[in-house]
Parts: sequence; C-alpha cells; structure tokens
Amino acid sequence: MTRDEIRAVVLRALNQIAPEADLSQLRPQLRIRDQLDIDSMDALNFFIALHKELQVEIPEADYAKLATLDACVEYLAARRPPA
Amino acid sequence: MAEFVMPQLGADMTAGKLLGWRKKVGEKVSRGDIIADVETDKADIEVEVFVTGVIEQLLVQPGQKVPVGTPMAVIREEGKPVAPVAARPLPSVPVGPAVPPVARAPVIPIRAPAAPSERLRVSPAARKLAEDLGIDPATVTGTGPGGRITMEDVQRAARPAAPVAAPEAELDRQTRMRQAIAAAMARSKREIPHYYLSTTIDMSRALAWLTQENLKRSIEDRLVYGVLLLKAAALALRQVPELNSLWIEGQAVRRSDIHIGVAISLRGGGLVAPALHHTDRQTLGELMNNFRDLVQRARAGSLRSSELSDPTITVTSLGEQGVEAVFGIIYPPQVALVGFGKIVERPWSKGGKIVSRPVITATLSGDHRVTDGHRGGLYLAAVDRLMQEPDKL
Repeated sequence: MTRDEIRAVVLRALNQIAPEADLSQLRPQLRIRDQLDIDSMDALNFFIALHKELQVEIPEADYAKLATLDACVEYLAARRPPA
Repeated sequence: MAEFVMPQLGADMTAGKLLGWRKKVGEKVSRGDIIADVETDKADIEVEVFVTGVIEQLLVQPGQKVPVGTPMAVIREEGKPVAPVAARPLPSVPVGPAVPPVARAPVIPIRAPAAPSERLRVSPAARKLAEDLGIDPATVTGTGPGGRITMEDVQRAARPAAPVAAPEAELDRQTRMRQAIAAAMARSKREIPHYYLSTTIDMSRALAWLTQENLKRSIEDRLVYGVLLLKAAALALRQVPELNSLWIEGQAVRRSDIHIGVAISLRGGGLVAPALHHTDRQTLGELMNNFRDLVQRARAGSLRSSELSDPTITVTSLGEQGVEAVFGIIYPPQVALVGFGKIVERPWSKGGKIVSRPVITATLSGDHRVTDGHRGGLYLAAVDRLMQEPDKL
C-alpha cells in the first residue's frame, strides 16, 4: 500500500468521526485535534478504524505519535504488515 | 387500552413533531419496541413503547407537531379489557384528527395536560406571573409534571402566537436547540436554589491502573479515564442517595435506579445528556462499550426516548476543552449535576514532601431544596475515595 493510499484511509476514518469537516482544508503538519473538533472518544474511534482498515496494532502509548495527518501516514506505513 | 403519548424527552421539550410511524394499525408491539420517530428541537429521537399489545389506532399523522403528553396512538394491551371513556380534543394542533374514545393508562411517565374540569396545578411563581400578565391560568396548557402550569407555559400563553402553531420551519435546528437549552437552563436557575462545591482528586492511582489495564485490552476494548469517573460518580450515589432524586410536584422523589445522564456535545453546537442506564451496575468494560455507543448515536441523531427521559443525575466534563472546573446548571427535574475538569499536574503534599501529581477538579451543583452542602461534600468525598481504588470500580 502506498503512502497516498494510507493517507486516503486516514482521511476516510476522519470523515467518519467528523463528517461535517472539509478535510481538503486539513493542514497535514498541524495537530488534527486542533483543526477538527474531536474528543478522546472520537480519537479512540479513529484509532480503532485505522486498526481495522490497516491491521496495525496501535498501543495506547503511541496515540501521541498520530497527532498530525503526516505523522499518521508515516507511523502506519512503518508498521503496516507486509502484503 | 393504553395511550401512547408524546413523551417528555427532557426539561427543554414542550412539543415534538412526528416524523413517522414504524408500526401499522393491527401490528403487535412489545414493551421496548421503537414505534415512532419524533423530531425535537435538539434531535431526532426513536420513541419506544412501554406496553405490550396491538396498535388499535394511530391518532397523529407524520409531519404533525403536538405538545408533550398528547395521545398519539391507542394500544390494545395484552390481556386487558377494552374500557372506553369520553373523547378529548387533540391539544394545540393546527390540523389533526379528533381523538377517539380511549381509556387512560400511564404509558409513559409524563401524562397529558390536565383536563379543564380537573383542579388546576399551577406553581406559585407561575400563578403570580399569570396575574401580572393578566392571564387566566385556566386558559393555559400546562406542560410540567402531571400537567402542572409552569412559568414558561404562562410566558408562552402571553405571546401573540402559540409556538407549536408558529412557522418554526423558518428556524433552523441550531437556533431551536439554543432556544430549548436556554429555556430549560433559565427555568433551572429561576426555580432551583443551586449550591456549588468542588474538590481536587489525585488521579495518579487511577491513571496508573488504567495504563496497566489497557495493556491487557484490545484496542476496541480499551477504557478512557472518563469511564472510571462515571462509575465512581454512580457508586458514590449509593452513599448519598438523595442526590439521585427527581423534583416532582413540589417534592423530591428518590430514585432507586441510577441512570447517569452524560452530557455529550454535538457537532455543530449544542448538547444532549442521554442516560447510561444502571450506570452503577455495569462493569467498566460494559460502561465503555455503552458510552461509546451512546456518543456515536447521539452525534448520529439516533437516540432512544428512554435515554432522554430516564436520567436521574447528569455528569458533564469539559476537561478536553482545557477547562479546569465546571460548575453546571442542574437539569430539571434532576436535583444535582456533577462536573469534571481537565487533568493537570499540580504540586501535591504527600508524607511531608511536595510532589507533582495529576489531579482533577470534581464539582457538584446541588439543589438546596433537597440537599445541603454537608451531604454534597460527603458525596464528593465518596467519589474521591472510589477513585483511589480503581481496581474495585
């Protein structure tokens, strides 16, 4: 899976929890929580969606590593199991 | 026969619009079935039925807006004889069918407004307001408990056009929600003598326990610290049960079941506070699953009527917004509200040494008609104690 494909998965997961947001305006290097009105329950649902879509284990201690769109893509690309 | 009436889904609701029926005349229904979808100022709600039987008549058509307590359907209850009574008009509906003969039966705890022949139930404040405004209380439709006339009812009657009949489609949902919240909160501040308490709780044990616990859980089953606070808030009510009461017709009625209403912010603004039923009896895992489900459904607009009518106390948290302490307004007819702020690192004295600890400010807004600061203080102390033994929650 390419980084662009992973990015699309991340954006789909974000769209599920914040359907009203215009994700084309999301700045990839800024914290997602500062740009979208999401809380810890939304964040948990986001991580669960990524886990289900990409089969990547995301320990609770790593949540902070997925703070931005770019960071999410890098984290998931590095840990995604080989096809 | 039993009436299925427009339920009161919170203190801020005076009327609801039927969006559609999920059952037809002649269909069997069981207690707990969702039989209608209703639009309120705050959300679209799936409305459950509280009897088992067969739909005899549907009295309200989709698109009609009717006041709380209006009979919407007649249900022939299983094993009960037919007992016709006099017809009553459908109140405050611009265009609608007449109500056929039905027997009165308490389908949903909130009953229809009092018939004109019954003794008027008017709060002293509402009676005074009616006098001031030159309104005869007998002409006012009461929407309070048992059809009691409230100050809001009098104010509504004083306005030139009835809100139910007004062209509300011109107001968007957000505007109507703000109006509904404002009405309920204004009523609360006007009628409830609030007192406010706060305490600081050391969260280090709870957070350490949670970290270890979540290592054992799959990502779908992980807990958030808010669930621990909810469980502690519920269990502490067993120690100070008078806070788990509803104020009904001038007196506090203690509830044996603990249904915490959880304040959930909605996307685009506003909030709802649906119940997590039997909060004290659920395991943390169950509570987490049900809390997640409730948040998702609240934001998707698929709450059930019992979730909005059943809360016995509300818990709100603004910690994620960076707020350190929240002193909330009690949601009538409840008599208390618990607030939690943000977890922050603070200097903490322990064994003669100053250490840094994660702490949270817990607050209680109490109703002085029911409790005083002493009992409220005992409650917050109980929450604190429970949070120091997270493995027992």
